Amino acid sequence: MNTAMVAARGVRKSFGPVEILKGIDLTVERGSVTCLIGPSGSGKTTFLRCINHLEKVDAGRLSVDGSLVGYTERNGKLYEMKEDQTAQARLDAGMVFQRFNLFPHMTVLENILEAPLRVQKRPKAEVLREAQVLLDRVGLGHRGHSYPQELSGGQQQRIAIARALAMKPKLMLFDEPTSALDPELVGEVLDVMKQLAEAGMTMVVVTHELAFARQVSDQVVFMDQGVVVESGPPEQVLGAPRHERTKAFLSKVL
Amino acid sequence: MNVSPSLTEGPGQVPGPDGGTVPAAPAAHGTPAPQTHHGAASDHLDGAIPVVPLRHPGRVAMAVVLLALAALAAIDVALNQRYHWDVVASYLFAPQIITGAGLTLLLTVVSMTAGIVLGTGLAVMRLSANPILSTISRAYIWFFRGTPLLVQLIFWYNIAALYPVIALGLPFGGPSWVIGSANVLISPLGAALLGLSLNEAAYMAEIIRSGIGSVDKGQYEAARALGMKRALLMRRIILPQAMRVVLPPTGNQVVSMLKGTSLVSVLAISDLLYSAQIIYSGNYQTIPLLIVASLWYLVLTTVLSYFQGRLEKRYGRGFELSAGKLRRRRNKNGSAS
Repeated sequence: MNTAMVAARGVRKSFGPVEILKGIDLTVERGSVTCLIGPSGSGKTTFLRCINHLEKVDAGRLSVDGSLVGYTERNGKLYEMKEDQTAQARLDAGMVFQRFNLFPHMTVLENILEAPLRVQKRPKAEVLREAQVLLDRVGLGHRGHSYPQELSGGQQQRIAIARALAMKPKLMLFDEPTSALDPELVGEVLDVMKQLAEAGMTMVVVTHELAFARQVSDQVVFMDQGVVVESGPPEQVLGAPRHERTKAFLSKVL
Repeated sequence: MNVSPSLTEGPGQVPGPDGGTVPAAPAAHGTPAPQTHHGAASDHLDGAIPVVPLRHPGRVAMAVVLLALAALAAIDVALNQRYHWDVVASYLFAPQIITGAGLTLLLTVVSMTAGIVLGTGLAVMRLSANPILSTISRAYIWFFRGTPLLVQLIFWYNIAALYPVIALGLPFGGPSWVIGSANVLISPLGAALLGLSLNEAAYMAEIIRSGIGSVDKGQYEAARALGMKRALLMRRIILPQAMRVVLPPTGNQVVSMLKGTSLVSVLAISDLLYSAQIIYSGNYQTIPLLIVASLWYLVLTTVLSYFQGRLEKRYGRGFELSAGKLRRRRNKNGSAS
């Protein structure tokens, strides 16, 4: 297969009367890092959630790893997926949230083991071994028996990344992963994400960290008011933006 | 009286040129900055002057008065012959009373368990996206919370008046399979259990609904993003967290159920209170037997509250840390990683 990891064509999404996505076209190649930037309310987070079936696409085609999101295509018709199929399809992508969303009643290790054991039903010994490797990778090998609330925000977010990776996703989605962190904790999370990018993971990152976008991403996508205003390599979009809206946004952020 | 030697000590501060003090090391501890407007006051605090804590004479006086009153009451209760403590003692472990207490406990445990199971179902229905399900749940809660428990109990006791025969079958004259007479099937005990459970379910539904509502929406998203289906998500992620909010009011419900079971004495079920009533209707020792019953209610409540405490601790895991403890652990972690 040589298809793109994520392919969006004219993706639309409304909440009630408000149209949040007004026809998104976007391609994310395998092994690439895409950063979505733009003002709040521009639809970046909604689009990210669509990729992971957390929101239903109203119109257009959105496919992940060659298969349509939320629908099954049969005999020229699109059939809405059942919950079970959606849950299965979600396993393609791992997701990291702005507010970590670790399970507070479970230890770090239990957080990581939960889904591989109970959703993927993989053998415990294997999952446990991998969880330890992942914890070491995010630099928290010694914190397996802590509860999330005993950890700093940066540590919690690194655990959240490990938890998503434990499902062996083909694609990682990051929804403003550093926005809820104290400034001095942002670096440790970005470092983990850089490692992951270097290891060849396909990543889509909604972020306000333009330095990170410039350094790590293969593609930067600037969105505003539900459309992709411009996209391309970081040096182009961030260094020499062609659109007025992009320029205006960058001048405010930088 | 313990008097701390001084508020500040050690080499943290040296006298400054203006007569105030200057921190020797920046932010060594929480003393006021040297530029303070109350130069004199800070001089005062920095010297080794003993600090006398504020005294609370009113508090002490109040405590003495209350202790004296409590002691007087205790002495009166102990020495007042009309309490008939000898009768209390002789009936405390009477077989009838013990059996009654056992039945009360049984009614409480069974009705509470059924109420929680049914209540969880009702809470999930109430929160369902299906409007029919949520309306049915709402109507159930409205009805069972809105009518007196005593009336519900008597109603179930007299159910045979409405449905003399209980049968399974198809409606409108289809074939049916008679199970038996309602009077036989729904014994007084059965009526009591039905009444208490169905009533409890309505209250538990509201408690569990509020518990589920207290769980952060991000928890659903995280669980769904990990591929969990609804049943697993509820069972493993949402309900355990809801427990923390659900347990304290449920403890209240258990205690009030324990005492509420005394209502079943109207169905001539020999629970704890009814057993006591039977005895005092024979020997006219009303007060001592009510004391016996009350002592047992207290014992049972105490035991059940103990288990409530244990459960609260169990489901408080990951939440129970105080702010101070958290800060210390975080600092430790920060240096470790």
